[in-house]
Amino acid sequence: MKSIFPILTVVAAIFALWYVFAVVLNAPWAYSKAERAEVELSFSEMVADTMAQEKPRLPAPHQVGAEIWKTTVEKKITSKRSLIYHGWITLQATALGFAFGIGLGILLAVSIVHFRVMDMSVMPWIIASQTVPILAIAPMIVVVLAALQVDDIVAKGVISMYLSFFPVVVGMVKGLRSPDTMLLDQMKTYSASSSQTFWKLRLPASAPYLFASLKVGAAASLIGAVVAELSLSQNGGLGARLLAGSYYGQTIQIWSALLAAATLAALMVFVLGAIEKVTLKRMGMAQ
Amino acid sequence: MMWILISLAIWIAAIALNLFLVRQRAPGSAFLVPVIFGFTVLILWEGMVRGFNISPVLLPPPSSIGLALASETDILWQDLVQTFFKGALTGYVMGCGAAVLIAIAIDRSPFLQRGLLPVGNFIAALPIVGLAPIMVMWFGFDWHSKAAVVVAMVFFPMLVNTVQGLQATDHMQRDLMRTYAAGYAPTLLKLRLPAAMPFIFNGLKISTTLALIGAIVAEFFGSPIKGMGFRISTEVGRLSLDMVWAEITVAAILGSGFYGLVALMEKRMTFWHPSQRKSR
Repeated sequence: MKSIFPILTVVAAIFALWYVFAVVLNAPWAYSKAERAEVELSFSEMVADTMAQEKPRLPAPHQVGAEIWKTTVEKKITSKRSLIYHGWITLQATALGFAFGIGLGILLAVSIVHFRVMDMSVMPWIIASQTVPILAIAPMIVVVLAALQVDDIVAKGVISMYLSFFPVVVGMVKGLRSPDTMLLDQMKTYSASSSQTFWKLRLPASAPYLFASLKVGAAASLIGAVVAELSLSQNGGLGARLLAGSYYGQTIQIWSALLAAATLAALMVFVLGAIEKVTLKRMGMAQ
Repeated sequence: MMWILISLAIWIAAIALNLFLVRQRAPGSAFLVPVIFGFTVLILWEGMVRGFNISPVLLPPPSSIGLALASETDILWQDLVQTFFKGALTGYVMGCGAAVLIAIAIDRSPFLQRGLLPVGNFIAALPIVGLAPIMVMWFGFDWHSKAAVVVAMVFFPMLVNTVQGLQATDHMQRDLMRTYAAGYAPTLLKLRLPAAMPFIFNGLKISTTLALIGAIVAEFFGSPIKGMGFRISTEVGRLSLDMVWAEITVAAILGSGFYGLVALMEKRMTFWHPSQRKSR
């Protein structure tokens, strides 16, 4: 807890920088407005103007805050202008994709650990698969899946899955292999079968690794869902808000959607962290 | 029907071959096995697309993708230069360079370190790609906005890794430098930066994919009439999927190549690190 003060300082510094940039970036527009209205602008008036423009190049934090307040608390949840509504759509796709990703990842990891052929033939491709900028081709995959009459949420989920299965595979393979020779020999002296070794030794031993990679995977699958929504924007979602904002130059809307996505990511990582803490404690593995 | 049966037969044969190779522990199998696996996937893909008569609008067979790759080299090369060399690479160098320099600056203050590491870790997990429309608004349609997105994407992962790397030396080593009467600069150059190299390279490797993704995604929000992201989004609209897949293939090869290059540099420069030793 002694790092709370430095963290707060850094966050405050980021906000201060944000304000400075808002003034610098919005100043030209403030001056050109004043020139057209033929009024002389003092420095303090200019600063005040940069804080309250309608379509600023960089909205000031309090403007974004006000927008978020307006679109979460003051709007009904079912309204299409509510950030909670859009966030919920994104969260559903993320959760679906993440669940797929965890399933696929664990399945692949188990078979990789158990079969040498899988290890040798699939593992290099799994690693190579992540150097493919999948996020960049997500729109196309979404379009193709939509053409195949797949539900939109599944199409988004596929992108999320692709991004989130990799951390799970890598973490699980490491975790399932983490029991050392001594422990494996012990299982052998108990004449445990390989499935018993798996359920009683390898799987429990992999739990800390699994949680570490789940946190990475959760953030990745959220990114996947948001980008997928850029091309499936008709049904809403935070990505759709981003896109609409960029079409109409509504910078405040873009920033509020971005912050909402950030909050969602933080929330997911936090929840996973809490589950991790409880689980590892009950398994007797908490440090 | 023939196509399906033949491709299935080849698939089973290849699996058997792979099983055999693995069991024999044949020399070179570490390279051969994945290559055979890759080829079978391609053959299976071709066979299924032809066998089930899947429309090329949905999924073109690998052969027509190969054809597009071979015949449209001019366009592909022009897109590659625009997206990779101008957008991604510039942003990558600027972002990673700035992050390393700032990390070295931060490193002098433990207060800032304690505050910045968690915040940086948090920001590194955020969907920074979402900044793309804003950057396009600020820096215009050409490659400058793409480079800016890339800078924003690679900066924090790189910063966090470098800061961690600079802490990687232990007391004993730093004390030794002190007994040599080495000041701040020699300690940094001769001990701490080299010790941080594995971490820095970790960041550099993560950033390679991020850079490519950032540059391509940013092009979806506006681009001059060239670039890989531009090509992908327009060719999807024209339903010429073979061209899209050709572009994806280029991106994949580029991504793997870029990653491989950095990994190779890592091998050269951090040969002393345990993770680089040959496993016996």
